[in-house]
Amino acid sequence: MDARTPRRTVVSVRDLRLALPAGGDRAHAVDGVSFDLVAGEILCLVGESGSGKSMCAHALMGLLPKAVKPSGGEIRLDGADLLAQDEAGWRDTRGRRIAMVFQEPMTALNPLMRIGDQMAEMFEAHGLLTPRERRARAVALAGEVGLPEPERIVRSYPHQLSGGQRQRAMIAMALALEPAVLVADEPTTALDVTTQAQILDLIRGLQRRRNMAVLFITHDFGVVADIADRVLVLRHGRVVEEGPAEAVLGRPREDYTRTLLAAVPSMDPPRREPRSGPKAVEVAGLCKTYSTGGGLWRKPRRVEAARDVAFAIHQGETVGLVGESGSGKSSVARLVMRLIEPDRGAVMLGDDDLTRLSGEALRRARSRIQMVFQDPFASLNPRRRVGQIIADGPVAHGVPRSEAEARARDLLRLVGLDPSAMERFPHEFSGGQRQRVGIARALALEPKILVADEAVSALDVSVQAQVLALLEDLKQRLGLSMLFITHDLRVAAQICDRIAVMRRGEIVELKPAGALFANPEHPYTRALLDAVPGRTRAAA
Amino acid sequence: MSAPPRRRGALAAFLRHPGAVIGLVILLAVVAAAILAPILYPTSPWRMVQRPFMPPFTLDRFPLGTDALGRDIAAGLMHGAGVSLLVGLVSTLAALVIGVPLGALAGYFGGRVDDGLMRFTELFQTVPSFALAIVLVAILQPSLSSLILAIALVSWPPVTRLVRGEVLSLRSREYVQAAVVTGQTTFTILRREILPNTLSPIVVLASLMVATAILLESSLSFLGLGDPNRMSWGFMVGAGRTAIRQAWWISTFPGLVILLTVLALNLIGEGLNDALNPRLSRGDR
Repeated sequence: MDARTPRRTVVSVRDLRLALPAGGDRAHAVDGVSFDLVAGEILCLVGESGSGKSMCAHALMGLLPKAVKPSGGEIRLDGADLLAQDEAGWRDTRGRRIAMVFQEPMTALNPLMRIGDQMAEMFEAHGLLTPRERRARAVALAGEVGLPEPERIVRSYPHQLSGGQRQRAMIAMALALEPAVLVADEPTTALDVTTQAQILDLIRGLQRRRNMAVLFITHDFGVVADIADRVLVLRHGRVVEEGPAEAVLGRPREDYTRTLLAAVPSMDPPRREPRSGPKAVEVAGLCKTYSTGGGLWRKPRRVEAARDVAFAIHQGETVGLVGESGSGKSSVARLVMRLIEPDRGAVMLGDDDLTRLSGEALRRARSRIQMVFQDPFASLNPRRRVGQIIADGPVAHGVPRSEAEARARDLLRLVGLDPSAMERFPHEFSGGQRQRVGIARALALEPKILVADEAVSALDVSVQAQVLALLEDLKQRLGLSMLFITHDLRVAAQICDRIAVMRRGEIVELKPAGALFANPEHPYTRALLDAVPGRTRAAA
Repeated sequence: MSAPPRRRGALAAFLRHPGAVIGLVILLAVVAAAILAPILYPTSPWRMVQRPFMPPFTLDRFPLGTDALGRDIAAGLMHGAGVSLLVGLVSTLAALVIGVPLGALAGYFGGRVDDGLMRFTELFQTVPSFALAIVLVAILQPSLSSLILAIALVSWPPVTRLVRGEVLSLRSREYVQAAVVTGQTTFTILRREILPNTLSPIVVLASLMVATAILLESSLSFLGLGDPNRMSWGFMVGAGRTAIRQAWWISTFPGLVILLTVLALNLIGEGLNDALNPRLSRGDR
């Protein structure tokens, strides 16, 4: 900490306790949490899902869900207890003294209002300035948060902006009334790595210039390393550890913090022998163009999801497909599975071209290539039991149900679940357990190739590490080949033999993982690698 | 197979809804009336039992009075309950049998199948449904089965539209895609993965459709297009219409019963909606 200027505490939270409705799995969402927000400092609140970190942010804004009630403690802003004030008091506090930036800028902005008007609304809500002055301030703010052509952009609608620009607009709105405190709830989670790096820079810069206190909520230790002055680790609503960022990240005192840090995948790929041998799958010249809109007089908007995509996966090899959102990596996964029809190209499974099969032949061939989906909450039918979900595939291929269910039991054991899970419904499991069920379902047909589409992206870091280890282990034991799609370069580094980098439907670089990280050739690969959060501090 | 635990929560949520409970009580009373009618009033409700135009509450045996021909109004109401419920339930079921498969096919296959089926649906939607029902009953000769058929034929399009929309959004869900890649057949996917998850909105819509069907039946009977052998509430309102200034009770009692039954079904529908789609109704969470 800087010893020359005295630390001025803006907000002090003491023994905050938020009661959950009776009958839940715990009594308090947040139990006895204390922290200070100091002017000119960024406090990072880190924790896994369910740790109560977002609840803290919402309590600070007076935006708690109806069912959650503060049952103790206080939040002091310049001496007054915020929890004691009425709704009118909250309205005055929000925006003017404490402002918030939300996770998903698309849903946090009103799609039918020009962004300049939404910024001006901040002044209007607090009865400040004249309409003309408000417009002028909106333009100035747009400039301050680095939106290009401020004069023009304040007149555009949210859908005309990119994700990063929308988040900049959100930040401009939060800054409008020069609040002393900025609360940012996972503000970069929905953004691509390169955009994330820019937004983190922006928040850092603004916070220094305006000497704001920032409460930054994140689950990503890389982001913490990049931005935090102080860190508070939460678990099950309680504080595990608090301290300056260097201390918590460099010399964690608590086991839990150490486990979390150890679960963050490293950027150094382990040494892997290059695979040769027969090819499990070969993709050649795959093309897919989406065209939307368009009419009699308007040209349709064309998006190239895949342009001449070609790669091969050897037996027992894992090929990673990395890229930012919209790069076409998920489209390629779905093209390989033939969940969408390609315009051109071939997907060769041995001698069969999957893109040319149809009807019964396609149904049979599909058992050789299976998929693990991204969202463990959306990929299991909520109305079917786990046993049925796993056994349905083999049954569809003519295996008697009793035999398929016996095999499902074995598979559950194989993915580390108890066979008693057979009779239960998906909602009775945690995200990581559900993802294991999804893997068991994919393995039920004894495929040669597994396509994993962001299979660990929706999981907490510690669970993510377990699922990655499981995939690696299964691959070794069953001799599987894998196509692993991810936006997370750290994950790719750990699990992939070779990595293909995609941009706008094209593979720009395809190399063994070690070579790709050691000397990236394509400028886009270099930009991606530089933007990975937590890299700078780890290197320093 | 027992229902998922979520369902038990839904039942509790339904019973916590005061309107839904009131609706359920009224509906149970109507069901009881339909069941007890042949026991309490074993003779035909068409029989003349007393002097015509007897006001209600004059004789204990005929608490609701008699109509222009001396028929017992209470007996008519009891016997009419069965007709209304039968028409409401069976025509709704028939409408579901037509509407659900069409909607599922349109939503799942999309493209030309969708276009064809939806244009066909719009054909029915653009014709005023009551006028179509009148024409159908008039052509088929008024009878209970032709009433049911006519009501079913005019009320399936909203089912198709609802199911199509639901299926359209479910089709891109990951668990449906997982079923596709594990090689399940289209029929199995629709039956096992998609349709069970469209059940809640269909149940809600169906409860409201029963109410509409009862209204339609009453309206048709009011116009004299009901089954001539069955006493029905709509017919009673229609028959008493000309004498409403001398004998208010002849039309009023059946009218009130129609109002209460339809209201009860609407309350139940609303309760079901809140119970089955908790995220849409409850403020918290």
